[in-house]
Order: sequence, then C-alpha cells, then structure tokens
Amino acid sequence: MSKSVLTVDDSPSIRRMIAMTLQEAGYAVTEAVDGQDGLTKALAQPFDAIITDQNMPNMDGLSFIRALRQHPQGKGVPVVVLSTESEEGLKQQAREAGALGWMVKPFTQDKLLAVIKKVVG
Amino acid sequence: MMDDMGAIFREEVRDLLESLERGLLDLKARPGDMGLINQVFRDLHTVKGSGAMFGFTELAAFIHEFETVFDRIRSGDLAAGPDILRLALAAKDEIPGLVEGLPDPEGQRAAILQGLRAIMGGEAVAEGQGAGADEAPVAVGEGPSRLWFRLTGAALAMGARPEIVLDELRGLGATQVVADLSDLPPLDRLDVEACAVGWAMEMPAGVTTAQLEEVFLFVDAEWRLEPAVQAAAPVAVSAVAAATGPATGAAAPAAPAGAAAPAARADQNGTTLRVPAERLDALMDSVGELVIVEARLTELARQSRDPALMATAEQITRLAGGLRDATMTMRMVPMRSLVGRFRRLVMDLSDKLGKPVNFSVIGEETELDKTVIEKLADPLVHILRNSIDHGMETPEERAATEKPREGLIELSAVHAGAEVLIRLSDDGRGIDAAKVRAKAVAKGLIAADAVLSDAQTFALIFEPGFSTSEQVTELSGRGVGMDVVRRTIDSLRGSIEIDSKPGRGTTVTLRLPLTLAIIEGLLIEVAGERYTLPMASVQEIVELPPEKAVAEGAAEFLDIRGRFVPFLRLRRLFDCAGEPGAAQNVVIVQSGEVRVGIVVDRIVGTNQTVIKQMSKLHADVRAVSGATILGDGSVALILDVAHLVGMGRASGEAGAQMREMAA
Repeated sequence: MSKSVLTVDDSPSIRRMIAMTLQEAGYAVTEAVDGQDGLTKALAQPFDAIITDQNMPNMDGLSFIRALRQHPQGKGVPVVVLSTESEEGLKQQAREAGALGWMVKPFTQDKLLAVIKKVVG
Repeated sequence: MMDDMGAIFREEVRDLLESLERGLLDLKARPGDMGLINQVFRDLHTVKGSGAMFGFTELAAFIHEFETVFDRIRSGDLAAGPDILRLALAAKDEIPGLVEGLPDPEGQRAAILQGLRAIMGGEAVAEGQGAGADEAPVAVGEGPSRLWFRLTGAALAMGARPEIVLDELRGLGATQVVADLSDLPPLDRLDVEACAVGWAMEMPAGVTTAQLEEVFLFVDAEWRLEPAVQAAAPVAVSAVAAATGPATGAAAPAAPAGAAAPAARADQNGTTLRVPAERLDALMDSVGELVIVEARLTELARQSRDPALMATAEQITRLAGGLRDATMTMRMVPMRSLVGRFRRLVMDLSDKLGKPVNFSVIGEETELDKTVIEKLADPLVHILRNSIDHGMETPEERAATEKPREGLIELSAVHAGAEVLIRLSDDGRGIDAAKVRAKAVAKGLIAADAVLSDAQTFALIFEPGFSTSEQVTELSGRGVGMDVVRRTIDSLRGSIEIDSKPGRGTTVTLRLPLTLAIIEGLLIEVAGERYTLPMASVQEIVELPPEKAVAEGAAEFLDIRGRFVPFLRLRRLFDCAGEPGAAQNVVIVQSGEVRVGIVVDRIVGTNQTVIKQMSKLHADVRAVSGATILGDGSVALILDVAHLVGMGRASGEAGAQMREMAA
C-alpha cells in the first residue's frame, strides 16, 4: 500500500509541485489549502506524513500542528514545516508545536523526496 | 512538469498581487490594522516562497527585503506610514516584470530597495541567510567511533521513528547496535508517549558529525559521538597474553590455539566424553540449588521493581534454564544400555524352560534419566521373568491353540510428553482374572463378595505377598513379589498398569517421568500452606461449583464434560482447620488411565520444582513424595499424585457402589 501524505499550503503552485513530485514517487497525496482545511482532512483519515506551510490564512502552520496534536489521532504523525525563514526561532517554535522537522524553501524535488523518505521510512 | 508549474505560479502571482494591492490600499485607510498587515506579509511571503521554488531567484531576493519591512511592521518596530505604503505599492508594480524576467533599465527596483533600506534605518538588510553554510565535515578521530543517541521528550508523539533513524545509521555503516535500557523506568511509571530506550553503536571510521546532524535533523534526540575505546576484548586478550607471557615463556601464545584444536577435532569425530556418574550427580545437585536461588532472586527482583535487577534476574532465569536442560540432557541414557541385559536374560530363560521366545525391542534409543534407568532394571527383569515363566505357554500348548510355536515378547519405550511409556507385552496365555481373584480372597486381600473390574483385579498382583505361580519356581518365585516392582516404580514417581486378555497375552505398562531431579510443578495453596503437584500429571484446572463448596458424604464427583470424576478435598485430607475461601479450584490430575480431582484453595502458579527427598523418618508418609524449596525460601511438599489418584479412585468406587445400591 502506498504511503499517504497530506500537503497543506495556501500556494496552489507549491501544493501542486509537492503533490506531483510525491505522486510520481508513488505516494498518495491529499491537498489542503490552509491550516483549517488541513486539520479537517488530517483528522478524517490517517496520513503517514504531513507537509505544511507556515504562513497561511485562517490557520497558520504552527497553530495547525498544535491543534492536530490535541487529538489522539493527530499524535505520532510526522509533520514537516515548510518555511522560507531559517531562523532558529521558528524551528524552535515548530518543535514546540509538535513538528518533526522543517524544510526551507526553495527546495528541489530531490530534497523533498529525501525529506519525506526520512520521515516516512 | 516545471513548465506547468510556471504557468500555475504566474496565475498564483496574479491572484496574490490583486490581494496585495487591495491590502496596501486598505492599509492606507487603516494603518494599524493587524489583520491587513498580516495579510500583506503573507502575500509577500507566498510570492517569495513560490518564486524561489520555481527558479525566480531575482524575484525572491527582491521580495525578501519588501517582506522584511512588513515583518518589522508586524512586530511593531515600524509603523505602516504613507512612505512605506507608497514604496510598497511601487515595489508591487515591479513584481510582474520580475516574474516575466523583464530587465530594469531605469534602475527602478534598485531605487525602491534603496528607499526601503532607508526607512529601515539604513541598516543593510541581509540577504536570505539560507540554512547556514555547511560546516566543514568533521570526522571524529581516525578510527571507528561510538555513537549514542536517545529520542528526547515528545519525539515519538511528534512522529519521530527510531527505526528510521537506525536504518539511516546502518546506511552509514553502524554496527553492533545495542539498546540502552538504563533509563527505562518501571512499568508503572512508564510514559507510553516517551521513548525511554537509547541506542549505542559502533560507527566506522570517517563518519562525520555533519553526516550525523543530517541523520538527526528531524529527530529530537540527544546524541554524542566519541572515539571508540579500543574494543574491550582485544585489550583483555593482550593483557592476558602479557601476564602469562613471562611466566610460560615462548610457548604461551601457542598454548591456547593448541588447546582449542583438539577439542574441535573431538567434536568433529563425535567423540564421547566419559565422566564419572557422581560428577554428574554433583553437577545436578548444584544446578538444583541454582534453580532454587534463581527463583528466590526472581522473587526479590519482582518485589524491588528495579528494572535493571529484573532484567538481570530474567537473564539468570534463562541461563539457569539452559544449564538445567543441558545438565539433564547429559544425564540421559538410552534404553539400549538396559536392553542388552534383557536379551541375555530372555535367551537364558527360554532355553532353560524350553519356551522359544522371540524378543523384540522398539525404542532402544529412547532416553531416560540415568537414575531412572538404574532403578528400572530390576522391575523390568522381574516383569520379564514373570512373563516368560508364567505368561508364556510351552510350544506344545501354543501349537494346540494355533499360535506360532515361538512366543513373542515385545519391549517398547516411547516418549509421551514429560513421561516415558515402557511397555512389555507378550502373546502368552494371559492372566486368569478368576484365579487372581480367588487367590486374593484366599490371602485375605479382598472380601469374597468384592466387586472388582479386571484392571482392579490385575492390580492385586502388585499387592504385597501375592504370587500367582502355583509352584514357586527357581526363577521368579524368590519370595520377592510384584509388590517390589510396584514400590520401585512408585519411588520413581511412575505408575504401572496391567492389561491382559485370556489366551491372547499380557501387557504391562510403566509410565515414568523423564527425570527425577527437577520437574515442572504446579504450586497450589491449601489452608495457607503451599504444595506442588507435578505438572506432567495435571490435566486441567476447573472451578469448584458453588453448590459443591461444602463437603458432603464420603464420595464426591464432578461432572467434567459429561464424565464423572471423583474428587478429594485436600483440606479434609490434611485435616485443616478453618473455612476455605469462596472460590476453590479443582486440579484434575491423571495417573495411568484414572483421573481424580483435587480441591485446593488457590492456584499459585507454575515453578521449577527441585525435588528434595524426604528423610527416612517420613518414609511412611503417603500422599507426599518429596519436598521443594520455593523462591521465598519456604518449603512446599510435593504431593504424590499416584497415591492421591489411588485414594480418589477408591472413594469413587465406594461412591459408585453406594449409588448402585440406592438405585
């Protein structure tokens, strides 16, 4: 069974890029347009990994992760935060919110696949 | 694919620019509106991020400074004044040109950036600093190194997977991975969402901290890499070599190799080592003591709840078990060692009596404890003699009954669970039950009107003083009756049964435990005292139905799946004071073909029972076949199942008679 990944990003181009890259590599990808949408989708079905943007309308990435971790089914899912910032501050906040890792934009398709493989196994 | 993405990106930028423009204009009207500031920042951020993703690096760099300004507005450092908004709108207008890759002939963009920087207080806005330049890879030492790591805090809840980390480390060449359980809390304090296990491993030479940082990038883990201490074993070996070197001179290095080689050769040739039996007995005694101490240790470890101690105790248990099995195996001797004697005996007897007999043996290789074999020799000789002397007809008699002239005696030995079944069967005349009965009555062993089944009648043969041979022969009638056979088998915790069909032959079946020294026991409790039942004889455990909780009458039965099984109450048998608890258990034990229930207060559990013989003072105590020492140091008596079953059967038969009379 193919591994499933939820990608949460308000940018359609990034979302599509992630989805297409992962689909080509054999993952099943679900897209969500913001944190709120992501939370609804993440709680509706289990995912092997979640990639989320930080800056999004309605609910940002860290709030999404915090909300996700409140739910029993949201614990233990590896979440990778996408961000253009690389400051330690955000990494630390992301960690505290319950993110497993982060990925700095821009990234290549290879990098994305490497990160997902690292997280999903 | 990237072409498609470019089209999607352009469309996205168009949407974002509309949103951005609206936001900036609204911000002019409501300068302090945080919602608007955030929206503008987010729009810029998205354009920058997506732009960088799809190769619009110039765009990304341009927006980065633009974004930085709004970040500072967001954090309250700057106010979204008219100057800023004007520049921002101008900057926004540059974006489509940047997306299309149009040149900037008038230096508009540079001017805008200049203006933004001026507002920022002249400080240079650093370009995106990226993830920090990769440090030069640092390898730890020249040789292999040791890595230790542990997931921290909520790493598991965050989705970190130690197995993935371990896989990656293996990819880097990690070997000898061992789990570090030193911080494992007791079960009742275990946080199921935390990972209390650490791992230590050998990393090959050349592994750099940078590589490891990459591995642990997404894992909240403590880790350290240190040069490996030179492997402990080689150090120890060289130390020994150094220590022994001067003493034994130049021969020392060669000695271990020389010592090891012959042993290996011996193994290849399947050489057997002969060891005096008493050494094996001494070893078995020590192993017995070890098993007792091990039980005590396990008990103490359990009480302490100290995981390290418990783990050690568990290892000791495993080792003691292995040692016990190995020692027991060493003591196992094949039946073959007895059979030679029997062959000779059969030949001598059949010659002497003029009864040709074909003696066949099945299962010569079946192994039994040395002590059992030794004690088994005499009873088997006795049974064999009886078989030829009394059971076997003369060739003439056999011819008259259309049997082959040559009689057949078969000895078989097979394993059946923790027991060995030894069968000695002949095709002789069989035992005349009426004759046995008459004799028993004459000897006063039974009442003249006693009602006995065939099996019960045959069992009389084993009663002291019984002998069916009409004239005492030189061979079998030496004043030693079959009762000695029975007593010997009893002392081996075995049982004996006779089955015989007139004219067809007799089969004597011996059931013997594989070993005498250590058995698997079922620990039970009656009136606060603990007793052990040999597990091999336990068939099942059932609850005593509440309506039977109180004893009534002499004989009591349980309905076990439609079959009536007599049962004994140990409380009554041992004359215990007090009342049993509400829930009593019945242990159904079997000896031979007979099943009897034994009512106990409580089942404690199973244990390795090291059998200690009772002293001679207790030789007459039936119902108890020995004693064992429990983990807490107390003594538990081992119940003699054969005896209990005998008692149960007797009471069951009495009950059956009573019921018949009542009917």
